[in-house]
Amino acid sequence: MSRPDDSAPQNPVVDVRKAVVTLGSQRVLHSVDLEVRPGELVALLGANGSGKSTLLRTVVGALGLDSGSARLFGHDVSRHRAHQQLGYVPQHAAESGNIPATARETVATGLLGPRAWFPRARDLRVDALLSDVGLSGLADRPVTAMSGGQRQRVMIARALVRGPSFLVLDEPFSGVDIASRELIAGIFRRLHSRGTTILVVLHDLGELEDDITRAVVLDEGRVIHDGPPSQRPRLDPGHDHELRPVPALGQELDS
Amino acid sequence: MLTPWDLLTSDIMRYPLIIAVLIGLTAPIVGTYLVQRRLSLLGDGLGHVALTGVAMGWLVGAWVSTTPHDALAIPGALTASVLGALAIEYVREIGHTSRDVALAILFYGGIAGGVVIIQLAGGTSQNLMAYLFGSISTVTSSDLGITVVLAAIVLAVGIGLRGLLFAVTGDEEFARASGLPVRATNLLIVVIAALTVTLAMRIVGALMVSALMIVPVATAQTLVIGFNRTMRWAMMVGLVCSLGGLVLTAYVNLPPGGVIVLLAIGMYAVGVAVRAVRERVRAHRAQEVEAPA
Repeated sequence: MSRPDDSAPQNPVVDVRKAVVTLGSQRVLHSVDLEVRPGELVALLGANGSGKSTLLRTVVGALGLDSGSARLFGHDVSRHRAHQQLGYVPQHAAESGNIPATARETVATGLLGPRAWFPRARDLRVDALLSDVGLSGLADRPVTAMSGGQRQRVMIARALVRGPSFLVLDEPFSGVDIASRELIAGIFRRLHSRGTTILVVLHDLGELEDDITRAVVLDEGRVIHDGPPSQRPRLDPGHDHELRPVPALGQELDS
Repeated sequence: MLTPWDLLTSDIMRYPLIIAVLIGLTAPIVGTYLVQRRLSLLGDGLGHVALTGVAMGWLVGAWVSTTPHDALAIPGALTASVLGALAIEYVREIGHTSRDVALAILFYGGIAGGVVIIQLAGGTSQNLMAYLFGSISTVTSSDLGITVVLAAIVLAVGIGLRGLLFAVTGDEEFARASGLPVRATNLLIVVIAALTVTLAMRIVGALMVSALMIVPVATAQTLVIGFNRTMRWAMMVGLVCSLGGLVLTAYVNLPPGGVIVLLAIGMYAVGVAVRAVRERVRAHRAQEVEAPA
């Protein structure tokens, strides 16, 4: 359903093989494989602590591997050869700095890269992106003073400002109001229809239910499902598994 | 009565005035990044470590009989504060000790080392006073030379690489995914902090250096929004404080470091008051808009 079989020699966008990651003394990923092909919209699902955010961070090169390999567009992730094609929206960003930056300043940091350390202060792309996410009137507002949904839209504009062909997002809908959820889902659909590859960590399929081409489900650092979203194992049918984990999966979950 | 021209042309004040301008501009630049990274007290720790460096410089100077006796004090302070900065960043990175404990060890170790080593060098802790609290009477032309070079480095890095430093201090995770040199940038920030401590300690004093890094930033934050504007306003506040404080001490016999820092705190208080008034006015206007409806 999701893999374009006719384009055999094309490099996968993401190619993670036997990834093992240990954080502190805890093994978070146990030999995980993940492949994402061009044009796919892949959802990464799993309970809290299942390792989905960790897997995402290894995919974008923010976290190193103990063993295994992670390649982005055919290049070793740690060498950042393909960063220009990558747009990343981390979880709960914009809360780290202590001086409130404006939306425009925050989005402009998306223009930086391994060999691009001097962004132009008034890049037209920054304003265009802010207008795309419906925030052109708030360009000079501090991001910290915005609602969860507006903040997330700033983060998405920051990820998109360099014109990536691959978008990676960590729970883009968490803490986001309904209106922003729909606007953000609309942005994803538009990008996907134009051929942008998307890998997204989600609590539940929600707004994107009909658009997702493949679901990868993690449990305790292992992939337990990789295929059509309709066939994924139900963790707790009818309920948000984050809130009510079933005993078999949830024995050691902390929330 | 001294005119400003007399001040500029007097031999005693010319060097300190140049240094004051450089301190006033550089300290708030570094302070902006430190506040952004929640490392406001780093400058304080480095000031303490610099004291050990001053005493080490003194000790080496005594061995090789330099004249004056403390000719190597500033190079010593520079070496010690840079090493201290690298140690702090290393501790932060490996994350075994919490950051505030590491800073505390740096504080006390630095000051204890200074007091003990100065005695070994044949001096007394009295000799450290000028470095602890700042002084203008002892600024030599070689001090000026070192200060100008250090300030030029801090300005070039702090302003020239502003985009990179802002991106890394603002969101390290995103910076990593963008392929930015996060580790090198973090090191660069603590190293320019160490350079600033060294160049500022002669006039402001090791115990008060950090105030000139942090208080102008806090003042700017009461008045403006945005990272770049905060930095620009902090530089203006820093310049006004350091120059104003120094000029004041030419007329009134007061220690420059203390006067500069009190001026900065005074400006912060004014900033807080201005913000409070502004918020009142804004709330009042909002009420007026609502009332007719």
